[in-house]
Amino acid sequence: MIEIESLRIELSGFALQEIDLSIKDGEFFTLLGPTGAGKTLILEAIAGVVPITSGRIRVKERDITDLPPEHRGIGIVYQDYALFPHLSVLANVTYGLSYQRTDPQASTKWVEWLMERLGLQPLAHCSISYLSGGEKQRVALARALAVNPSVLLLDEPLSALDPNFREEIRGVLKKLHKEVGITFLMVSHDFAEVLFLGQRTAILNRGKIEQTGLVSEVFQRPATPFVAEFVGMKNVFPATFRDTKAVVDDLELYLQSPPERDKRYVAIRAEDIVISKEKVSGNGINVFQGKVLELTDRGIYHEVAVRTGNVIFRAILTRGALFEMKLPEGKDVHIAIRSSAIHVF
Amino acid sequence: MKIQKPIEPFFWLTFVCSSVVVAFILLPLIQMIVQPSFQDLKETLKDPDVRRSIWLSVYTSGLAAFISFTIGTPFAYLLARKDFLGKRFVESIIDLPIMIPHPVVGIAILGIAGKNHWLGHLMHQVGIHVMGTVTGIVAVLTFVGLPFYVNTVKAGFEAIPVRLENVSRSLGASLTSTFLRVTFPLAWRSILVGIIMCCARAISEFGAVIIVAYHPMIAPVMIYERFTAYGLKYSQPVAVWLILVCLVLFLLLRIFSLPKENQT
Repeated sequence: MIEIESLRIELSGFALQEIDLSIKDGEFFTLLGPTGAGKTLILEAIAGVVPITSGRIRVKERDITDLPPEHRGIGIVYQDYALFPHLSVLANVTYGLSYQRTDPQASTKWVEWLMERLGLQPLAHCSISYLSGGEKQRVALARALAVNPSVLLLDEPLSALDPNFREEIRGVLKKLHKEVGITFLMVSHDFAEVLFLGQRTAILNRGKIEQTGLVSEVFQRPATPFVAEFVGMKNVFPATFRDTKAVVDDLELYLQSPPERDKRYVAIRAEDIVISKEKVSGNGINVFQGKVLELTDRGIYHEVAVRTGNVIFRAILTRGALFEMKLPEGKDVHIAIRSSAIHVF
Repeated sequence: MKIQKPIEPFFWLTFVCSSVVVAFILLPLIQMIVQPSFQDLKETLKDPDVRRSIWLSVYTSGLAAFISFTIGTPFAYLLARKDFLGKRFVESIIDLPIMIPHPVVGIAILGIAGKNHWLGHLMHQVGIHVMGTVTGIVAVLTFVGLPFYVNTVKAGFEAIPVRLENVSRSLGASLTSTFLRVTFPLAWRSILVGIIMCCARAISEFGAVIIVAYHPMIAPVMIYERFTAYGLKYSQPVAVWLILVCLVLFLLLRIFSLPKENQT
């Protein structure tokens, strides 16, 4: 278990404010946030390589706040691999073994298993400079796991990789986590990665945690406008609430149930807004008439902005659907939103 | 078929300026090297005083470089890795010996090495003498060579990503172990270049040495003495030998420090 209590780090021009986190043993926890949110700083504080201003860090009930990095038993894998360029693959992987007090035979077996598992045996005596990005990241993983850390910190391990290697390493990470049973704490700015890998997540913005919870929960029920937008909710509006109605500007949206008192926003995913030429009706569906304001080509789909009164909704249409519907900008359309798809926070 | 591009006027300007610079440096040196006859050179080398002074120059400079390596390496590492209050000030102090006129360096060192200064007094008591000794020469050469060593090695340390050290520590290595196993092996080329720079600066020092130790005579002092006493012809062969010895030494160091083909 990793427990972070009121962690504060003040650097020139940036501050990490009162971070509280609790990560269970063996969990795959992710720290998610945009660039500059302070994610790497939290990792480096846990690893002990940046000085902290205040707070406590405990790993497996041991207070490690004042311990030097070499006595923390925490592995770290950086996005740029940080391999030792003057050492071979095997020398990189076995670098930390001389500092371990474990049985050398057991360590050797463990390293052999890791090398085998990560497909590094044929590369054992290669120089680091000859490896591909994916291979380098596998070496970095093997090196960090070789010393059997109690926690493995992963600093955006996929972001420097080409798309094909990214998928490969993503799979490797997921399998490895299951097999080794070590707590993984990964930093990422890509929600898709987190959906695939993480069990629980904390969303960080400007040095503060905005929301912590199960990945699926954060995805479906964001707690702040920032999180809502970060997890891909394109329609986030401030709202007032009356019984089971949310009032957004001049529109009234019917909700599934009356919201709790302190709610201030509604959020709707773009994929939950259905665009049609004809008016649809049904129970629990909010239907509005609007005008197509803008069409944005997003590659495999189009984003459609529809103005309804003073409110602009963003929906998505596949290329095929858009082609069939023949929707030029300025055309009148109907949009339908299920009341169950309206998230209130 | 190659397409001939017109050569831009600016290229001609760079070409002409480069030629002037190279000629300005090489012409006097070539003239000096070719002027003495082979016989003169041979005779000069037979002179034990000449051999002694060249050897003294080489080994005092080597000692200065060794001292710079020993005390300058940890210092360069500190400057490269840590931010602290007054760091800029400390960096400026390091550059001072480059800017101070050379005789002033000699006078400054004598100032603290004399019996009137508590440090000089202490040194005399333990038998360390600076005036007119090899110790004095090495002290002066270290003073002038150290900034070149520290600045070169500092840049070398800065070029090594701090993340490599972070990873090493996370794997169980102490700071010392990390320095010895990661930082030093990656920085050794910069360290060697720093040693060469320091040596080169030390071996060319004259103004400060002549104040602290006219005798024993290092090669530049001997060249100066022979020039003032007997003229150009008598001083040139010694200068040629000093240049040749330096060239050989620095070439050897450069060859050892060249990157291997398979290393990036």
